[in-house]
Amino acid sequence: MPPRRSTVRVRVYPLGDTAVLAELGTRLDTALNTRAIALASALRKRRDVRQAVAGHASVTVQFDPDQITHEALAAAIRRLATKRPPMEEPGRLHRIPVVYDGPDLEAVAAELRLEPQQVIEIHGRPIYRAFLVGFVPGWAYLGPLPDELVLPRRPVPRTQVPAGSVAIAGHQTGIYPLNSPGGWHLIGRTSVKLFLPDSDPPSLFRAGDRVKFFAVRE
Amino acid sequence: MSEVFRVAEPGLFTTIQDIGRPSAIASGVPPGGAMDRFAHSAANLLVGNDRAAPSLECTLRGPRLVAVRACLIAIAGADLDVRVNGGPAPMWTGFNLSAGDELTFGRRRVGARAYVAIAGGVIGDRWLGSMSTNVMASRGGMRGRPLMSGDVLSAAEPFYLADAGSHLAEHLRPRYADHALHAIAGPHVKRLLPESRDALFGAEFSLSPDSNRMGYRLEGARLQAPGDELLSFGLIAGVVQLPSGGQPILLMADHQTAGGYPVVATVASASMPVAAQLAPGDDLRFVETSIETALQMRAAQRAALDSII
Repeated sequence: MPPRRSTVRVRVYPLGDTAVLAELGTRLDTALNTRAIALASALRKRRDVRQAVAGHASVTVQFDPDQITHEALAAAIRRLATKRPPMEEPGRLHRIPVVYDGPDLEAVAAELRLEPQQVIEIHGRPIYRAFLVGFVPGWAYLGPLPDELVLPRRPVPRTQVPAGSVAIAGHQTGIYPLNSPGGWHLIGRTSVKLFLPDSDPPSLFRAGDRVKFFAVRE
Repeated sequence: MSEVFRVAEPGLFTTIQDIGRPSAIASGVPPGGAMDRFAHSAANLLVGNDRAAPSLECTLRGPRLVAVRACLIAIAGADLDVRVNGGPAPMWTGFNLSAGDELTFGRRRVGARAYVAIAGGVIGDRWLGSMSTNVMASRGGMRGRPLMSGDVLSAAEPFYLADAGSHLAEHLRPRYADHALHAIAGPHVKRLLPESRDALFGAEFSLSPDSNRMGYRLEGARLQAPGDELLSFGLIAGVVQLPSGGQPILLMADHQTAGGYPVVATVASASMPVAAQLAPGDDLRFVETSIETALQMRAAQRAALDSII
């Protein structure tokens, strides 16, 4: 069977006069994310593009309107997006030790009709993908989380979540790199540092990396 | 590089800023940089610097600085009643200071942020390719923090010695007192209920007290944009995002790099200098604008900066 060209429909929206948002899809999907990362990287090579950052299934592109119009850039994005993405190198694998004693572990288990030990076991089973690094320094949206653990966010976010908290919400999991407000369910904590201000890049995780959690006592 | 100013009083929030670190957004680090890029560029050009050179961003209540050597400086942006040795000092003009001269700021008249450029460029710590201060990470600029009393500021040696007297004519400066921000409809504008869309591009909003370099929370009409939760995507300064509470947030230089709230508008690049000059309590409104108009405004601003020789 010949390789399929592409079924990706790209929507390109203006983000003001010097940027666009190119949306490849609306689902949390590894293949879409791979395409978004490849598209961002192809766009960054263009001289008329100042910055291109992949989202879960999108690319935010800042460009120089003196060099290219919105329309011409949108056409270039559609052309690049229909190209088959190059075979992705497997991202670096990070093994993250977790003490599963988060303040929400019991409540999460109860709501999911599981034992806390089962929540821990299911959370540690997959190798997650870092879909997107961003929001705050060092934060990565990891997923997809197994269906058995899917819960909406907490109705009222906490005003202070300690750095290192391991959390879940929706089809995603993540680690709070800094003390910050947060609305995800806290199931554990890790001593691994996610934000590395004196390294370049200053984040342990990069988009496309793989992450495996394992339980430790302390 | 040589010492140029001693900080006698730091002012409310005075930081070293250049044009930021856009490539750090891939690690979730805010791009940062001067909030008002027009005033920052103008001040630099007026003293013969590259427009991207670091300057001092003085917020609402400026510092008291004592020159430790002769230097050429320029101040642009907000009118914070600048004085030299107690007498009025020019804005948007390159002028010389002698050793011992004292630069002070008084009452806020128009705007929120004044930029002090020094010939050669202010020197700060470089972090991820930029000298801009990032207070959250405690990196860049003056050891990652606002100025403190007793700090000593240094400047690089100028490539060439510009003359005092360069000036930007008043009609070429942004009209900071006019708080109408031109904005282009955003990717998720269709989610807005009709009355919310009318309110977005018509009603007055005011900056809440917890507005800062990260973003401005806008009080006023609550806007409704129902719909499915969005997957997070990359954000830029100027974006107006709408959290579920209905209170819009205008993202500024130290913004979060990604988010999943609907983006209902993006402020035109040429209106961002005016946005940068707003302070908590100020009113603003959004005027819907086409990309073409926004680009014409942008070109006019570019031409104004190019007029500075």
